[in-house]
Amino acid sequence: MKEVKCDCGHVNPIGTILCESCGKVLEEKEKDKKLLDMRYEGSARRSQTYNKTIIDKIWNFFSSVKVGVWLIVITLIASAIGTILPQEMYIPPIMPAEEYYEDQYGWIGKLYYDLGFHNLYSSWWYLILIASIGISLVICSLDRVVPLYRALKKQRVSRHESYLKRQRVFGASQAEDTDQAFAMAKEKLKSKKYSIREEDGNILAEKGRFSRWGPYVNHVGLIIFLIGGMLRFVPGMYVDKILWIREGETKVIPETNGEYYLKNDGFILEMYDKEKDKEVFEEAIDKAGMVAKNYQSNVTLYKKKGDTVAGEEAELEKVKDYEIKVNKPLRFERFALYQVDYKLNELNKMSFALTNKKTGEEYGDLTVDLNDPQDVYDLGNGYKAEVVSYFPDFEFDENGEPITKSRVPNNPAFVFKMFTPDKPDGEISFVAIRQTIEPFGDNEYKMAFKGIDTKNVSALTVRKDLTLWIFALGGVIFMVGVAQGSYWNHRRIWLRRVNGEVWVAGHTNKNWHGLKREIEAALDGTGIKVPEDQLQNQSEKKG
Amino acid sequence: MKKQRLVMRTVILLVLGAAVAYTLYANFTKDKIQKVAVGEKAPDFVLTDLDGNKHRLSDYEGQGVFLNFWGTWCKPCEKEMPYMNNQYKQFTDEGVQVLAVNVGETDLAVNKFSERYDLSFPIVIDKDSQVQSAYGINPLPATFLIDKDGKVVKYITGEMTEDTIKNYMEQIKP
Repeated sequence: MKEVKCDCGHVNPIGTILCESCGKVLEEKEKDKKLLDMRYEGSARRSQTYNKTIIDKIWNFFSSVKVGVWLIVITLIASAIGTILPQEMYIPPIMPAEEYYEDQYGWIGKLYYDLGFHNLYSSWWYLILIASIGISLVICSLDRVVPLYRALKKQRVSRHESYLKRQRVFGASQAEDTDQAFAMAKEKLKSKKYSIREEDGNILAEKGRFSRWGPYVNHVGLIIFLIGGMLRFVPGMYVDKILWIREGETKVIPETNGEYYLKNDGFILEMYDKEKDKEVFEEAIDKAGMVAKNYQSNVTLYKKKGDTVAGEEAELEKVKDYEIKVNKPLRFERFALYQVDYKLNELNKMSFALTNKKTGEEYGDLTVDLNDPQDVYDLGNGYKAEVVSYFPDFEFDENGEPITKSRVPNNPAFVFKMFTPDKPDGEISFVAIRQTIEPFGDNEYKMAFKGIDTKNVSALTVRKDLTLWIFALGGVIFMVGVAQGSYWNHRRIWLRRVNGEVWVAGHTNKNWHGLKREIEAALDGTGIKVPEDQLQNQSEKKG
Repeated sequence: MKKQRLVMRTVILLVLGAAVAYTLYANFTKDKIQKVAVGEKAPDFVLTDLDGNKHRLSDYEGQGVFLNFWGTWCKPCEKEMPYMNNQYKQFTDEGVQVLAVNVGETDLAVNKFSERYDLSFPIVIDKDSQVQSAYGINPLPATFLIDKDGKVVKYITGEMTEDTIKNYMEQIKP
């Protein structure tokens, strides 16, 4: 293959359809067409012409807009599926994710987990999709913007007849005094802010060329946006963790290097109240029943004083008290803690009474702190209860043995040994919620359930994001590109003398009506006939 | 011309490819990055055992330390405990110390567990997860082999057999 030399003397790259300089049609196929395809100025999109090395093949794959659109469609569908069930990081830590999805959502949940949708947004194939969109964006843009830039820069004033004739807006006419007519039109076009170039008495009036760069500016914005997303994977740039914290508990805030601690002073869930809240809410409350008004965690932030070794009790210095509400995070340094979830009434304490089964007489109450049970509860007068075993999250395993599934007191069970003056060797009783088993036959005494005490648990998002400004920058550039491409049009008007005739042609990338009106105004009074819209004429003829 | 274009395309693709590769790499290692790397010094900690004695890791310098993280509900942990107990008895005179860090359960649960298996090595409880977060513990059981200089020799997750435990203790014998 060789470069294509046009009659006008300009040498064009291989694959050029319209000569960059004079616009003459170089491609045989195009010669039969009544109107030219003006996309990318008929320049050679190189990817289509070279297809030799592996590099070229990869390049060509990503250079296709069709491929780009499909990548976007696939990514959209995948992203949508990822929102159907909660992602792994948002499920409460009551059981392993493996069991949780099946337990909560049945076989659909299991499938969801097995296919990896529980961790979609950081799965390798999702990241590759996003990355491919980025690559496609860069290559598609480069592959088009460079030839387009070349073609627009190299264009001559006197375009070839075959080029002008096949423009959508075209007309040929006689003028009495061509020189004067051209001078008049030039002045009028100038006043319309066209920049005028002249050559051999022909005129090219052009304005708004920069609007052609709009889509590419827009893509630069998108790429910056993607770079922002990429930076989130750089350690230290981005933190997004969940902290589950019980009322009364003090915990290290993750990712702060053990510097900061948080105490949960209480979780509050408020509902709208028909009596107390404004009347306007009444109807909505009637319709929906319970409507949450406020989710709030009252917390105290502490900072560690001095150096301590892990595990050592740190000396904490209070920084501040704060009420974390939805969209009202606690901010410190570059971190922010957001209210994100909660769990009401987690079992905290259980009370029992040592009771004679026959007489119903009670010999004292005991309260077991489920997060710190004691060995023995002495009730006095020779009555005591020993905790032989404790299962915070009890179930029977395959052998019928009681085991615990986790350390969270979701379903506590105890094996008590009850000592009384008349049973000094003790009686064994297995006590779970609404369940008592006496493994060694009938007991005389039992641990009668008295009541429970619960605590709420707050879930807070720990967030640090040093990449936000990059996203903002990308977004702004994106919008600049959109505005540039949308609110300005690239318009060109050619005036050429051909064998005593005056040929007028016009082209714009959008808003043909506006272009035609400007041509009309420019030619008004010059004696040159206003060109016709050949596309309109065509369709009228057909219709 | 042609050569220049090929070079250009290759460079652009390489840059893009490198960016993608880095992102993927960073993503896959972000959960797996061992906070405590093999060959580095194991982070020091102080925890209290069931009898109220404090154990500081740095106090064991000069001995090998078999550092095991476990929970009573974790089946593989439960299985390997008696093996560790047997081997501890063999190696304790040879200068290998076992420290079993419970991941913050109740004293009662840990006590009962220890009684049931008659465990003789010190068991400490990491109440507020500080040590776990310093060591980046995720799945249980997790075991670190620490040599006499306090350096991590090996990191093991998952169940161990009695033979492998013996092998490991052999490795960190001073």
